[in-house]
Parts: sequence; C-alpha cells; structure tokens
Amino acid sequence: MALTRRMSYAVAAGEALAAAMRLDERVVALGEDLGRGGVFGQYRTRGADGALRPLQQEFGAARVIDTPISEANIMGAAVGMALAGLKPVVEMRVIDFALCGMDELVNQAAKNRYMFGGQGRVPLVARMPIGLWTASAAQHSQSLEAWFAHVPGLVVVCPATPQDNHGLLTAALACGDPVAYLEHKELWGLEGDVDTPLPVPLGKARVVRPGRDLTLVTWSRTLHESLTAAETLAGEGIEVEVIDLRTLWPWDRETVLASCAKTQRLLVAHEAVQVAGFGAEIAASVAEAIGCPVKRLGAPRIPVGYAPTLESQARVGADRIAAAMRAFLQR
Amino acid sequence: MGKQAGRSSRLLALYRTMARIRAFEDAAEAASQGGVQVWGMEASATPAKVRGPLHLSTGQEAVAAGVCANLRRSDLLTSTHRGHGHTLAKGADMTRMMCELYGRASGCNGGKGGSMHIADFGVGMLGANGVVAAGIPIATGAAQALKLRGGDAIVACFFGDGAINRGPFLEGLNWAQVYALPVLFVCEDNRIAATTPTRTMTAGEGAAARARALAIEAQEVDGNDVEAVDHAAADMIARVRSGRPALLHAITYRFKGHVSVDPGAYRDPDEVARARQDDPLARTRALLLSFGEAAAAEAVDADAQRELNEALAAAEAAPWPEREAAFEDVMSTGTGQWR
Repeated sequence: MALTRRMSYAVAAGEALAAAMRLDERVVALGEDLGRGGVFGQYRTRGADGALRPLQQEFGAARVIDTPISEANIMGAAVGMALAGLKPVVEMRVIDFALCGMDELVNQAAKNRYMFGGQGRVPLVARMPIGLWTASAAQHSQSLEAWFAHVPGLVVVCPATPQDNHGLLTAALACGDPVAYLEHKELWGLEGDVDTPLPVPLGKARVVRPGRDLTLVTWSRTLHESLTAAETLAGEGIEVEVIDLRTLWPWDRETVLASCAKTQRLLVAHEAVQVAGFGAEIAASVAEAIGCPVKRLGAPRIPVGYAPTLESQARVGADRIAAAMRAFLQR
Repeated sequence: MGKQAGRSSRLLALYRTMARIRAFEDAAEAASQGGVQVWGMEASATPAKVRGPLHLSTGQEAVAAGVCANLRRSDLLTSTHRGHGHTLAKGADMTRMMCELYGRASGCNGGKGGSMHIADFGVGMLGANGVVAAGIPIATGAAQALKLRGGDAIVACFFGDGAINRGPFLEGLNWAQVYALPVLFVCEDNRIAATTPTRTMTAGEGAAARARALAIEAQEVDGNDVEAVDHAAADMIARVRSGRPALLHAITYRFKGHVSVDPGAYRDPDEVARARQDDPLARTRALLLSFGEAAAAEAVDADAQRELNEALAAAEAAPWPEREAAFEDVMSTGTGQWR
C-alpha cells in the first residue's frame, strides 16, 4: 500500500528514524543538539496535527540523547551500546567532525565482529553529513565516502533523494552492520514524494534516466547535477543513462556492468576529490570486466576555499559534467 | 566462619586467580620466544608458537584479581592490550584463551584476534584492545545501555597509566559523570607507557586527581596488595551499582618488557629488583603462610599448573582456522562481495 507524502530530505530521515524507534525500543540516537531536533532539523517528525517536533519529545531524553561535544566518545559509546544490545544512531553533524571519532569507527566498530571471532555485532548507523555547503570552507565541506568504502566491515550509504533517505536509513537500521550513512548538507531542504512503506535495499543502484550512448554513474547531490547535464545533452541528441549508485559498499556491480555493456562508455561523477575517489574503483572495475572506455570527474585535489570564486573550483556542477561527456563522445 | 577464617578463605580465592594468571603469562611468554629478530634479540631456528605482540601482565595480577572478585557474571568489562589477567579473572576459560594465543580455531575468537584482542563475551568480557584508551568510550556506552535497560549491572573499565594522556580518557570520564553511569574506571598503573616512564610524560597528580577534577570519586591503592584492591573495589563497586562512576587508581609494576620479547633493558635494574621484592604473588603467599594455609596455597599452585598444562596441550593439538574463515564475520550486508 502506497502512503506517499511530500517531505524534505531531512524530515524523511527523521520519519524513518521515528518509525524504527516506535517498532524497536533498542533503537536510540545520540549526538550534539539532538534534543531540539538536530542542527539541520533531521531529528524531527511530523505529528498528527501536521506540526514538526523534535523526536526527543516523543521518545524522551534517554533514547534521543543530547551529548557533549565529544565525537570520540559519541562514536565509542555507540559501539558499547551496540555490544550491550542497543541499535544506536550516531550524529556527527558534519563528516569533518567525525574525524575526531575515527578510531572508534574504523578500529572499533568496523573490526569488532571480525577480530573477536563473531562474538558480537555492532549495528550502529553513523550519520556523517558530507558535501559542499555554501561558504563553509575547508573543514565543513568534505566528501570522504571513499575513506569508508576502503574499510572492511563498513556499509557506506549516500542517499540522494527524500525517498532514498527514508528507505535507506530504514534499511541501514535493519542491516545489523556498522553503517557510514552519508547525507548531503545541501540536500536537507530538498522536497520530494516519499512512499514510506517502500523498501529501498542496500547495495541496489537505481537507473534514474535510461539512455544508450553513455553510462553516467553518480551518487548523493551530484545525481541532481548529473540529471541536469543529461537533460542538456538530450537536447544535443545524446542519450545518457544516469545511475544513482545509492550504496557505495556494497555497490551494485550488476546494474553498472549491464549498463556499460550496453553503452560501452562510462563516466563516474562525484563531488569528492577525484584522486583516489570511489569513482576510480568503479572505473577500474568496469574497465577490467568490460574493457570499455572509462572516465572520472571529481573535484581537484584542493581544500574547499571560502570565497565564491574559490569554492566554485571544487564544485562538480552540471556544466562540467556536460562538458566531460561531450569531450568523451568527441562532440 | 570466624573473621580470620573468612579472611583466609577470601585470600585463597584471590590467590587462586592470581596464580592462574601468573601460570598463564609465564607459559605464554615461553611460547612466544623465537622466530623473528626483534628488540636486539636474534632470531631462533624454532618459530614461536604464540606469535606477534604479546603484552604480559606479569606482576600486575593483584589488580585484575582484586577488582574482578567483586564483579558478577552479568557485569561487563573492557580491557587493554595487556588483558589476559582481566579475561581470566572475569571467568574466561583458560584453554580457549591459550588456543586463541596459539591462533587456533578453538580459540575464544576462533584465531582471529590473538592475545591483543582476547575476548569472551559469554562472561561479559568485551575485549582486549590494540588501541590505548579505546575501551573507555566503549565502557561508557555499554553502561548507558545497562542503565537504560534497568537493573544494577555495572561495567569495569581497565586502562593503563599511558591511557590517561589520551583524549578518550577525558571524554569518557566526563560522559560517565554527566549521565551518572555505573562504570568503575580502573587505572592499572604499572608506571611505564610502552618503554617510557609515565611520570616523565604526565602533568599533574595522575589519574585519581584528574577524576576528582570532574567530581568523580577516586581512590589510590597499592595495586600489589590484593586485599587492599579487593576492599577498595568492593566499596567503590557498591556505590557504582547505585548509579555513579568511580575511579580506582591501582599502582603496580610491570615485571616484563612492553612485549614478551622485549627484555626491558631501558629500565633501571635496581628499580626492577625492588619491584621484584614486592611481587604481589609472593606477598599474598606469605600472608597465606602466616594464616597457616601453606598446604592450601600449594594446592592452588598445583591446580593452576594442571589447568595450564591442559590448556597448553589443547592448544598444541588444536587445528588452525580453515582458510575460508578469513572471509567469515566481516559483515552481513553484501556478503561475498570482497572486491
């Protein structure tokens, strides 16, 4: 039964979390400023009266936990909570801050099950928002998804739409593994129709726009730039197949390879720095499996600058994606 | 039972734990020699049976024994890279532990962790840890979960003197106090951080003083006096069970090097000799003899040796993990996708 409602990307996540908390009392959330709904309003849900309210009002301060500015302990406590039977959702505010909790995520959460021989599980979801956020400069703008894709034990999720932020957060909470859940800060306000019961499985890409001439694989906010670029190229007679990867680990090789087998050209576009980005992994995998030409488009290897003229150098916008596709097709 | 008899029987139980730890550490140390060239020592023709970094708690047994004697099976424990004593004292099986040090399939971690990650979740022992201070945040979260669930279980969180200079020490103590969590922090102070005397790298008055600065009850204790540790832990744990953290700073000494193949040549030989005079096992044994418990102490030693021999024999005979096990227990999502 479809229960489609219009909501923002931020509220979609809040609704998914609220639904999970109602169903399972083991689900808790912890992080800075959660009590008032999260700094981006992503810990709020809409009541029967239509008003948005912080989740803490419904679930109490023991389950929606306001914390000190202690990223290492927030992440580490979540590991301890998980080992003691809870399903914690961790809020890191921006991924740049999560770097203060890397031992806890990479050495502890990701390794626990394996190094202790399967004695325990760490079902935690670490929400670590990525991406450019206008005028936020070098320490509030990074896209570090490739780091986490590199770590065995972690699931890596990059939702691009309100529907996916609802469905993928629901799936992340159910999967039983530690999840790097990477929302994009410039998508919080994006509105869309959300079918709340619709399952969105981890590891399954979505072909957002079919095409025959070129496969464009992307994720997160760059999906929207990619769709704009594909529309532009359609006006030039080029049909681009746009794939939203949605989950970086595990990633949907089957869908990507099937598309590339058809189009015989792959471009991967992402906002993260191109060098050693996850685009390289996909391009290499496609080249190995199919042998078709591959290209990558990511940010230059520079920190994000504050002034608009500097920041724009780090943006992978629709114009650059369109230009890269034209160059690829030599048109 | 009279007061003296009660004391004597408690002391014997504590001694039993200490003797088991000492037997385990000595055997693990012996099994770790050989193999590669390290720490100025030559490689030998016979490979080591216990491979890789082996951090021994020899000389520190009274801390593990005295604290864990006051824990219940339902209590949880986080440990350090020097964690065999805590694991045994919390109730883990010695044979499964030795099998793990040997890297065998029948080890408590199926051979995936070794000494540095020894764990027995079945007895509430949530793991030794390769990263200094890493158990502290984990302990606070586990305590928060216990509190949310209700009941009076607690978490004992062991860490070394080196850990108090890492950020998670401050973050974790603050956290435990802010949420009034049932955690007993135990600073097992062996006075050396890897190969550097801790006092040369630590400002102020140490672990207890830092805890008091956060209004956490803290107490210093002679960590080689197992009765003193036992009493202090009993007092503090009673209060921790009522829902507030406390810190026990137990001062002891590490008899061995940082790892088992480290002869510790950087230490003052006089300091080591003095510390050996204060061996917690010898002290406890002397006290038992003064109580007329010589025969009982002998029996404890013999039992520990028998248990150890069985553990070694089992470890020697146990098979390696199947190669396929390298791909198990990585994660559930996307299982089978390794590349």
